[in-house]
Amino acid sequence: MSTMLKQYSDIVGEEVINQLHQLAALLKDIRVVHVNSTKRGGGVAEILNKLIPLKKELGINVSWEVIEGSRKFFKCTKNFHNALQGKDIKIQKHLIKEYEKVNQENAQRLHETLNDADIVFIHDPQPASLLASFPNRKGRWIWRCHIDVSHPNRSTWKFIKKHISDYDASIFSIPAFSQVLPHIQYLIPPSIDPLSEKNIELDEDEIEKTVSAFGIDTNRPTMLQVSRYDYFKDPVGVIKAYRLTKKFAPDLQLILAGGEASDDPESQKVIDEVRNAAGKDPDIYILLLPSDAHRTINALQRSSDIILQKSTREGFGLTVTEGMWKGKPVVGGDTGGIRIQVVNHQTGFLVRTPEGAALRTRYLLFHRDRLNEMGKKAKSFVTENFLLTRHLREYLTVIVSLLRGQKERIELQ
Amino acid sequence: MPEGQNSNKTFEIKDCALAALATGKKSQNLKELNRNIGEVESGSLYYHFWGGLLQPRFDDPEYNNDFASWIRHTLHDKVLAEQIGIIDPTEYPDLEELRDRLHEIIEARLDELQHLAWCKIDEQFHFITSQIVVFDTKKTIYKAEDLVDAIPNMTSSSIFYHFIDSRRRTYGNIDDFSTWLYGFEGKYNELIHLLSNIDPFFSSLTELRSQLSNIVTNYFMESR
Repeated sequence: MSTMLKQYSDIVGEEVINQLHQLAALLKDIRVVHVNSTKRGGGVAEILNKLIPLKKELGINVSWEVIEGSRKFFKCTKNFHNALQGKDIKIQKHLIKEYEKVNQENAQRLHETLNDADIVFIHDPQPASLLASFPNRKGRWIWRCHIDVSHPNRSTWKFIKKHISDYDASIFSIPAFSQVLPHIQYLIPPSIDPLSEKNIELDEDEIEKTVSAFGIDTNRPTMLQVSRYDYFKDPVGVIKAYRLTKKFAPDLQLILAGGEASDDPESQKVIDEVRNAAGKDPDIYILLLPSDAHRTINALQRSSDIILQKSTREGFGLTVTEGMWKGKPVVGGDTGGIRIQVVNHQTGFLVRTPEGAALRTRYLLFHRDRLNEMGKKAKSFVTENFLLTRHLREYLTVIVSLLRGQKERIELQ
Repeated sequence: MPEGQNSNKTFEIKDCALAALATGKKSQNLKELNRNIGEVESGSLYYHFWGGLLQPRFDDPEYNNDFASWIRHTLHDKVLAEQIGIIDPTEYPDLEELRDRLHEIIEARLDELQHLAWCKIDEQFHFITSQIVVFDTKKTIYKAEDLVDAIPNMTSSSIFYHFIDSRRRTYGNIDDFSTWLYGFEGKYNELIHLLSNIDPFFSSLTELRSQLSNIVTNYFMESR
C-alpha cells in the first residue's frame, strides 16, 4: 500500500481502502478528466486537490484541467452562481456572450484532452457550455453541480439547462437540488480530506501560537464562521447573533475568517458591509486569509468552542464538516446540504434566523457537557459519512455505473 | 442457493457499492406520497427501506424506513408513523406486495383524517432510487468455521450485500450466510436460528458486523 493510502487506512480502516482498490481495478483502462474554473479557493478546488492524487494512487489515469477566463467571464459566472441559488438577477447579454466565447476558447485549448477522454466531470456552471464544442466526443460527460439549485432563478436555470441537457448524467449534492433533466441524476454529498493541512491534528502549542497572533484570547469563549465573504453565508447575520449572545456571555469573541476565491469578484462589497456592521467592537475579528491559509483555519476551528455556518443557501458547507471533524458542534443554517450534515439536536442545531443562532449558541455555552457530547457525535458522524474516501468510492461507482449500463443491479465478475 | 455462489459448499464473498439517484418525484402531503408510492419503480421502495443503511445517516435512527420518519417529523402524524415504522419489508415476498401494503395503510389513514397536513416546500419527501454495483472480492470460504475469521474482515458494504440485500434475492428472504449454511444438510440449523434473531434494521452496518461476528465466534467456540 502506498504511503498516502496507508495514511487514509489508519483513519478509515483497511477495509475501506481495499474496496477502493477493487472498484479502481475495474477502471484501469480508462481515462478520466475533471474540469473546473479555479485551482485554489473554494470547496471544489479543495476537493479536487486531494481527489485527483488519490485516484492516481489507485492506478486510475486521471487529470485535472482548469478553464481560463476574463474578469467579465467570472462576473457572468458569479451572477450565474447567485441566480442559481435564487437571487433575482438578470444577466446581461454581453456577459452571456463572453461566457460562451470563453468556453469555446477553452474547448479549443483542451480539445485533445477532453475529446478522447472516457469520462469527463465538469464542475459547476463555469465550464458547463464546453460540451457544445465536442459533438464527436468519445466518452461520457457528467455535470457535477456543487451549488444549491433548489430554487433557482428560472431564466438563468433555463439558460444553464440548455447547456447541461446533453450531458450523459449529472450529480447533485442532495435530492432537493435535483431538477427535471433528460438524463440520470446521481446524488453524492461532498467530503473533506482528513489528511489535508486544514484537517490534520495540530498540537496545542501551534494552535495557541497561531490564534494568539491575531490578538484572539484563547482562554475566552469563541464562536467562529469560516467562509467566503458572500451574501448567502450571511456574515452580517452572524454578527447579529454574536451581539444577542454577548449580552449573556460578555467574554464571547467572534471570528469571521474568510478566504478569497479568484473567481469571486463580489467579495469586497460584502467585506465592506461586514466591517461596517462590526463597527469598533474589539471582540470581533474579521480575518482576510489567503487561499492557502489552511493550517491557520485548522487552528482557528480547533481553538473555537462553537462553529457557525449561518448560510441562507448552501450546496454543502465544507466548513460545517471540517468543524464537526474537529469535535465541535455546529450551529448551521436550516438550508440545503447543511440539513444532512448537521443532525438537529444531535451534532449541532439548525437555525433560520440570527436570533435562532444566538439562542442555540447561548445554550451550548452554558451547557458544556452537551457541547462536548454533541462534538463527539459530530466527529463520529463525519468519520462514517463525509470523508474523502466515501466520496471517492461514490465517484468510482458512478463511473462503473455509466460504463456498464444504467441497470438497477450491475453484477461484475 | 444465493445468487452468484458456485455450489452449496463454497461461499464467495462479494462487495457492493450503491449509487443513489434522484427520481424527480416529490410529495408535499400524504395524498401525494401515496400517489408517488404507486408510481415509482420498485427500486425506490427498496432504497427507502434498505438503501439508507449505505447512505449518510445517524447511528440511532428512530424509525427503520424513510417514509415513517418523514411522516412523523414533517407531517407530524405520529399514528401513521408508528404504523408504517413497524413494517418489516422481509415479510413480503416482493416489493410489489410491500407497495400494496403501504397503500393499504396510508389509504386507511387518509379515510380517518379530517384535514390533510401539508409540509413546507423545502421539506418535501424526495423519492430516491439506487443502482447497486456488485463485485467479487476474490475471497472464498470453504468451511462454515471460516466465517469466524472472514466476517470481522468484511467491509460494511459487504455485510450489507450478504445480510440485507440478500433478503431481496434469496428464497425465503433471508441472509446469504443462512442460505449457504442450509446447504450443509441440517448441520448448522442452530447457527441459522441464532442468525435469524438479529434485527437488521436498527443497527448500523458496523454494529451488524460485530453482532454477526460474535454469534459465529461463540457458536464455533462452544461446539468445539
